[in-house]
Amino acid sequence: MMLQMTGVHAHYGHVHALRGIDLSVQVGEVVTLIGANGAGKSTLMTSLFGAPRCSSGQIIFDGEDITRLPTHQISHRGIALVPEGRRIYPRMTILENLQMGVSYADPSNFEVDLKRMEALFPILESRRHQAAGTLSGGEQQMLAIARALMSRPKLLLLDEPSLGLAPLYIRKVFEIIQELNRDYGMTILLVEQNANHALKVAHRAYVLQHGEIVLSGTGQELLSDPAVRAAYLDGGSH
Amino acid sequence: MTAIVHAHHTPTLSERLKDASAAAFIALILGIPMIGMTTVDQGGFLAVMTRWPQLALFVGLTFAGRILFSLALETIKRRSQGRKSGKSAASAAEAANAALKRGTKPESVIGWLAVGIAVALPIFFSEDRYIIDIATSVLIYIMLGWGLNVVVGLAGLLDLGYVAFYAVGAYTYALLSTQFGWGFWEALPVAGGLAALFGVLLGWPTLRLRGDYLAIVTLGFGEIIRLLLVNWTELSGGPNGITSIPRPSVFGYAFLPPDTEGSIADLLGIEFSPMHRLLFLYYLILLLALLTNLFVTAMRRLPLGRAWEAVREDEIACKAMGINVTTVKLSAFAIGAMLGGFAGVFFAARQGFISPESFTFSESAIILAIVVLGGMGSQLGVVLAALVLVMLPELGRDFAEYRMLLFGFAMIVIMVWRPGGILANRAPTLIHVPTGDKA
Repeated sequence: MMLQMTGVHAHYGHVHALRGIDLSVQVGEVVTLIGANGAGKSTLMTSLFGAPRCSSGQIIFDGEDITRLPTHQISHRGIALVPEGRRIYPRMTILENLQMGVSYADPSNFEVDLKRMEALFPILESRRHQAAGTLSGGEQQMLAIARALMSRPKLLLLDEPSLGLAPLYIRKVFEIIQELNRDYGMTILLVEQNANHALKVAHRAYVLQHGEIVLSGTGQELLSDPAVRAAYLDGGSH
Repeated sequence: MTAIVHAHHTPTLSERLKDASAAAFIALILGIPMIGMTTVDQGGFLAVMTRWPQLALFVGLTFAGRILFSLALETIKRRSQGRKSGKSAASAAEAANAALKRGTKPESVIGWLAVGIAVALPIFFSEDRYIIDIATSVLIYIMLGWGLNVVVGLAGLLDLGYVAFYAVGAYTYALLSTQFGWGFWEALPVAGGLAALFGVLLGWPTLRLRGDYLAIVTLGFGEIIRLLLVNWTELSGGPNGITSIPRPSVFGYAFLPPDTEGSIADLLGIEFSPMHRLLFLYYLILLLALLTNLFVTAMRRLPLGRAWEAVREDEIACKAMGINVTTVKLSAFAIGAMLGGFAGVFFAARQGFISPESFTFSESAIILAIVVLGGMGSQLGVVLAALVLVMLPELGRDFAEYRMLLFGFAMIVIMVWRPGGILANRAPTLIHVPTGDKA
């Protein structure tokens, strides 16, 4: 078991954002979390990092209880987040952005990983010394994913990676997710509004509504579930 | 506010008149008490007299000035837009890449040239006390600018109370030397350390603040330190300050008149001249400033320095990357404060006298202006801005009471001409091309 959340509750002030989440991710799986705006998808992601800190419940990662660990130490355990809205460092160069992704604990793999990332995302190599803010939205998303991978995570969290991208890049993002999982065995937890694409690449999926998980199953099961179709797919993004 | 609108479309005549009328109206309201009325001494008591013609002139000038200003702004905008469309983003990027490959950037050439001029300056002006004094002042501000640049330019923490650390350094040296007989070189690291401690003291409670909120707290901190110095008379001498602070010495020898014990002139067998001390001070601050520059440049290339910039760029991303934002911010505060403290020690040793009056908010404002006008984070930009901001009031001496007006005008010109600062280009800290056959 890579990640196990049990009975997790979280609050933003008086807002009860997560209401007893039970969720698990197995090694080598792609797990997708879908839900409407404000359902608590992003909160679930960031609560893994202790922001917000869960008010009750337990999070076990790779056999260790990380529920109360300081935020900056959680990523050192092997979780990397590609945050919503990419959040690259715009005035720093692409090379510097990638360097910031390298874990403090072990920076020795920088050269090797840099070559791997530049092979995976050729655009990054040709623009190495360019300010990251000058990249297009899709290119920035590639950079954000590459930066997260630089720390050699065991679990990769992707928060709405297709948000605001051109259709070409949306397809590219999902291709990369599949490629990372299939060719490199990366375990991935994916939060998406683009339910159609996300469910297709997922082994398993959860549906989140008002801070609660209302439905779960394999990606295929949810794709054909009439309730899911009505709420997230038909007339939506396909 | 209207200037922003002008950037997008050409305003019509009526829009422009409306805008100018609004400015004139504000001028009228402000002008009634400030210009429209004046007090005159009439046989021992004060009477209020009105000056409506002057007020009318003032309002009229504001109206005309506002129209001219908006016209000028538009011309500048149009020209710079024309220049931008001339070269595409791609060719700019290529040029940048090519410059990186060549290894020498125009900035580094200018930088070395500036060092050369700074070293050679006293050779040409060894008898001109005025020039050496101003050059020393410029160097103090350059050093302060480089120190504050760590906090504001690199870590992105807006600090309006930087002068507090300058004061801590200055008073530490003043007290250690006058009360305990410490020398300059012994006091330097202690004062720097103490200033760094104050930096952490300020940083700790403000960790969660940023932008305007942080600015207000740091502003308050600067004032607290100044008020402490004014009121804690037993320690700081209050408003009278501390006098007869010893000047820095060289291995125990001081710049004293001949036939005094420990006189350098006697030791070297040269003729005594009061200029020697000033020249020594000049080279001392030049050395301190250059060391500061080397230190900050080296820090930028370390993981910690790069983390400062990353925190400025995006704090949330930093947390997700496993960067301990607390340590990163505190280290920026501490190192910035330490450099300010060093500059303070030099200041006290140079002046021989310090009082709280040297550490008012306007000092913080000037140092911040140097960093912002120079282009946040740019080392060379700080030098250019310090030159402009320190020299300008000097050059403006002929304009007597109008020199601050000139000063303000120059700052506006810089901000209109280069909104990102004189040197807004950020130098990459990582220029490295991995070798092809390693993986």
